[in-house]
Amino acid sequence: MQEAGKISLWRIFAVFARIGAFTFGGGFAMLPLISSEMKRRGWIDEDEMPDIIALSQSAPGLLAVNISIFAGYRLRGLGGSIAATLGAVLPSFVAILLVAMVFSSFKDNPWVLRAFQGLRPVVIALIVVPMLSMARSSNQSWWAWALSAAALVAVAFLGISPVWILLCVGVTAFALTWFKEHRNK
Amino acid sequence: MTDTIILLLQLFWTFLLIGTFTIGGGYAMLSLIQGEVVVHHAWLSEKTFTDIVAISQMTPGPIGINTATYVGYDVLSAASGSHLLGILGSFAATLALVLPSFVIMLMIVRFYQKFKSNRLFEGVMGAIRPTVAGLIGAAAVVLTLKATWLPPEAGSILPSGLTIDIVRENFPDWKSWLLFAAAFAASWWGKVSPILLLLIAAGAGLLLY
Repeated sequence: MQEAGKISLWRIFAVFARIGAFTFGGGFAMLPLISSEMKRRGWIDEDEMPDIIALSQSAPGLLAVNISIFAGYRLRGLGGSIAATLGAVLPSFVAILLVAMVFSSFKDNPWVLRAFQGLRPVVIALIVVPMLSMARSSNQSWWAWALSAAALVAVAFLGISPVWILLCVGVTAFALTWFKEHRNK
Repeated sequence: MTDTIILLLQLFWTFLLIGTFTIGGGYAMLSLIQGEVVVHHAWLSEKTFTDIVAISQMTPGPIGINTATYVGYDVLSAASGSHLLGILGSFAATLALVLPSFVIMLMIVRFYQKFKSNRLFEGVMGAIRPTVAGLIGAAAVVLTLKATWLPPEAGSILPSGLTIDIVRENFPDWKSWLLFAAAFAASWWGKVSPILLLLIAAGAGLLLY
């Protein structure tokens, strides 16, 4: 990695804005772009990237935003992380705002209505696919599958807020792990 | 005016919560946004929410940011009829969404090594990951099926039953199920890019309907 302070905040912003503008499909699509842009400029070591990804994944929030915060901080501290995050978020903010402003006046256009009739079922299929691939990689035991199923039923059919479910699971898992650790001692 | 300010604050608080409790990225966030924005506050209908997700998937950037920006604009401009307040709403929602990540990530960067090998942290994450997969599944189910609890009978406090209907706005006929199945197969086995699939789906909509 280069000496901290050598890279201007403006350059960090510009590089991340470019990454943000060319990412379609969310955080995982952004990973190869960030990785290649950072390595190409010698901003980051080869072995630093997996650590950044792992930590960004385990923190709350969006993967792409977390990676930008982390990488920006490694480059230029707090200012760097703000510049990187602004850069990563700004292109999508502007693009979606323009779409939102235009779409409200196009919403009742018959062509748009028909296109969206075709889009809606496909959007749902595109949510099912990442869910299944995530479950397949993280659910290694029967209780993990039971937990997935219970969370699905609680939200979809009982109307319980996901926030409460995450809190309950987090606190319970924390207590159980703590208990297990202390019994073993 | 006071109503608009209260709505803006509610929007900010809601997306602050969503940003804090999203673990597992954009798709996990969708289920939280849906729970808060569609079910709890009823700011948007299921149909509008699905449209927003479709638009978010076609525009560049993380899907969570796109959805927050869009929802922020839509909620505020629909309530006030002003583009400017809509922009303010989208700014508030997006900022609120990013803010918790910012605080937590900065702490994580500082405690980098310490965090990684913590067994309590690993234990919690081992239970959180399967839950998140279930939450993403719920987002898809809610856009497909609508569950309604029937009101309790006289003398009882428990609901008397549950009816489950198909969300007709999203699945009006057999053609929509066919599109769903084709898109699933193309994405799961064919690894076809989502952008390409969405473009084809828009074209299919024009041809079929």
